[in-house]
Amino acid sequence: MAITTRVVERPIEEASYMRATFKGLALTFKHLVDPHKVTVQYPEEKWDIGPRWRGTHRMLTTEDGKAKCVACGLCPTVCPANCIKLVPGVDEQGNRYPVVFDIDEFRCIFCGYCQEVCPEEAIHLGRHYENAETDRKDFIYDLKRLTAQTHPVCEMWDPADPRGE
Amino acid sequence: MTHSMSLLLQVVDPQLPPTDGMFALVGLIKVAVVFGIYMFCVAYTTFLERRVAGWIQDRHGPNRVGPQGIFQVLADGIKNFMKEETMPGGVNKALFILAPAIAFVPAMLTWAVIPFASPLPVPGVGLVDMVVADLPVGFLFTLAISSLGVYGITIAGWSSNNKYALLGGLRASAQMISYEIGMGMSTVCVLLLAGNVNLNQIVHQQATQSWNVLLLTMAFFIFAVAGLAETNRVPFDLPEAESELIAGYHAEYSSMRYSMFPIAEYANIITSSSLMITLFFGGWDIPFTQWDNLPPWTITKTLLTMGLYVAKVIFFVFSFIWLRWTLPRFRYDQLMSIGWKVLLPMALIYITVVASLILGLDAAGLARTSIGFRGAMLGMNVLFVVLVFWVLDRGRIVSPAYSRIERARIATLRQVSERSDLVSEKGA
Repeated sequence: MAITTRVVERPIEEASYMRATFKGLALTFKHLVDPHKVTVQYPEEKWDIGPRWRGTHRMLTTEDGKAKCVACGLCPTVCPANCIKLVPGVDEQGNRYPVVFDIDEFRCIFCGYCQEVCPEEAIHLGRHYENAETDRKDFIYDLKRLTAQTHPVCEMWDPADPRGE
Repeated sequence: MTHSMSLLLQVVDPQLPPTDGMFALVGLIKVAVVFGIYMFCVAYTTFLERRVAGWIQDRHGPNRVGPQGIFQVLADGIKNFMKEETMPGGVNKALFILAPAIAFVPAMLTWAVIPFASPLPVPGVGLVDMVVADLPVGFLFTLAISSLGVYGITIAGWSSNNKYALLGGLRASAQMISYEIGMGMSTVCVLLLAGNVNLNQIVHQQATQSWNVLLLTMAFFIFAVAGLAETNRVPFDLPEAESELIAGYHAEYSSMRYSMFPIAEYANIITSSSLMITLFFGGWDIPFTQWDNLPPWTITKTLLTMGLYVAKVIFFVFSFIWLRWTLPRFRYDQLMSIGWKVLLPMALIYITVVASLILGLDAAGLARTSIGFRGAMLGMNVLFVVLVFWVLDRGRIVSPAYSRIERARIATLRQVSERSDLVSEKGA
C-alpha cells in the first residue's frame, strides 16, 4: 500500500499566528465601528414582505358587505390539501352564495390555487404573517373571519409579466 | 489653650493619616463602597460583553429591557434567582455548593490591595488612601490570592460527578499552573524596577520614572497573555470549551449557583485589567504630568486620577471582550506549548536581560529617574520586542500540526510518494 502524502508548505504570512491575530482584531474592530446591521427590530419595525407573499386567506366583499363568492365550488375542487369546506346555497333572487365557507389554515399549504382559480376574484391569499392564535380551533377560518380580515392581498404571478413590472 | 488648639488641629489635618479609631471606621466604609461599586461594575461588564459581542457580529445585542437594554442585568439577576437549583445525583453536596463561592471570592479579594486613585483628604478624618488595604506585601498578596480562584473551578468539576465537568476542572488546574509561572516571572521585572512589592509604591515609581509598559513591554505582553489564560477567557477557555466539554466545569450547575461562575469570570477580568494597569500602565497616574503625584492632596486630584483609572479599566475590559470575539480557541497542546515553551523561557530570558541591564546601569552610576537610565531601558526594550515578535512570527508556535513534522521526515514522505504508482497528486 503506497503512502500518498501531500505536504503543503505555507508561506509565513499565511502560517503566522501573530499576523492572523492582528488581521482578525482589525476585522472585528471594523465591524464594531461600522456595522452592517440586518436585524429588524420586529415589533417596532416590520419586514417589507413581497407583493407575491402567500399568507392566510381573505375573502373580498361587494359594496354591501357580502362575500363576493358565488359558491361555484372551483376552489375546494382545485385545493390540493383539501382544506376548503364549501356548502352552497341559493338566496331569494336566485343567486348562489356560500352558506358555509371554512378554510383549515393548518391543512392549507398556501399554494394559491384557490385565488388563481376563483372566477369572481373573491378568495385571496394575504400579504400577512402574524397569524398566532391561542387555540387550535381558531385556525379554522370561517366566512365571517375571512371577510373581516383587512390585510393586503397577494398579487399572483402573471405569466405575461413574469418580473412584476 | 494654644497647645490644645494645635493638638485638635493636628488631629483633623486632612493631609495626615487618620488615627487608629478613624482608620477602622474608614476601612469599613471603604470595604462597603468598593464592594458595591465593584459588584456593579462586574454586572455591567456582562452587559458590555453582550452588547459589544452583538456589535462585532453585526447584531444589536440585548437592547429591550430599559433604554438600550441597561436593565438587562437586573432581568438576568431576577431570572437566575427564580430558576430551579438542580442537584444531580451522586454529587459531593458540600463541595458542589461551596465551589461557586470559592471561585468568586478570590477574584474579589485581589481588589482589596489595588490602589485606584490618589489619596483623598477628608476634613476631620485625615488622609484616606484610595485602596481598601494598603498592604506592604500587596503584590505578593495578589499573586497568592489569584491562584486560589482555580480551586473553585477544579472543585466544581470534581464534585459534579460528571466526566466532562471533571475534564474541565482538570484542564483548568493544569492551565492555571502553567500560566501562573509565566505570570509570576514576568512581574519579577516590575519588582526589579520598583524595588518594592507595595502596589502604591509601584504606582509612584511609574509616576516618577515612566510607565512600565514602555520600559518592560515584553513583561506586559507575557502578563497579558497569562492574564487571559488565568481568567479562562477565549482563546484560553479550554476548561469550559463548549464544543468539546459541553460547558466544562459548570455543566451541572443551574440558577444562581451557575451564575456565580460567570460573575467570577467577569470579576477576574476586572481584577486582571486592574493589575495590568497598576503594574504596567501607571495605576492611577496621569501621564506627562507630575502635579497629580505630589502633595498637597486635594479632592480634585482624587476625582481626576480615579476617572482616568476607570477609563483605563474600561479600555482593558473592552480589549478582553474584543479578543474573545476575534480569536478561536487554542488546541490543548498549543495551550501547553505556549505556556511552557514560549512564555516561561521568554520570561526567564527577559528577567536575565533586565536584571543585567539594571545592574550595569546602577554600577555606571546612572540615577533611576535619569534620562540615560530610561533611554537605555527603552532601547533594550525596543530591541527585545522586535526580536521576540520576529521569532514568534517565524517560529510557527501556534501552528497547524503538519508544521511540526521534521524537515527530514517530510523529505522521506516526498520520496515515498514520488516512487508510488498510486499517487494521484504528485509533489506539493
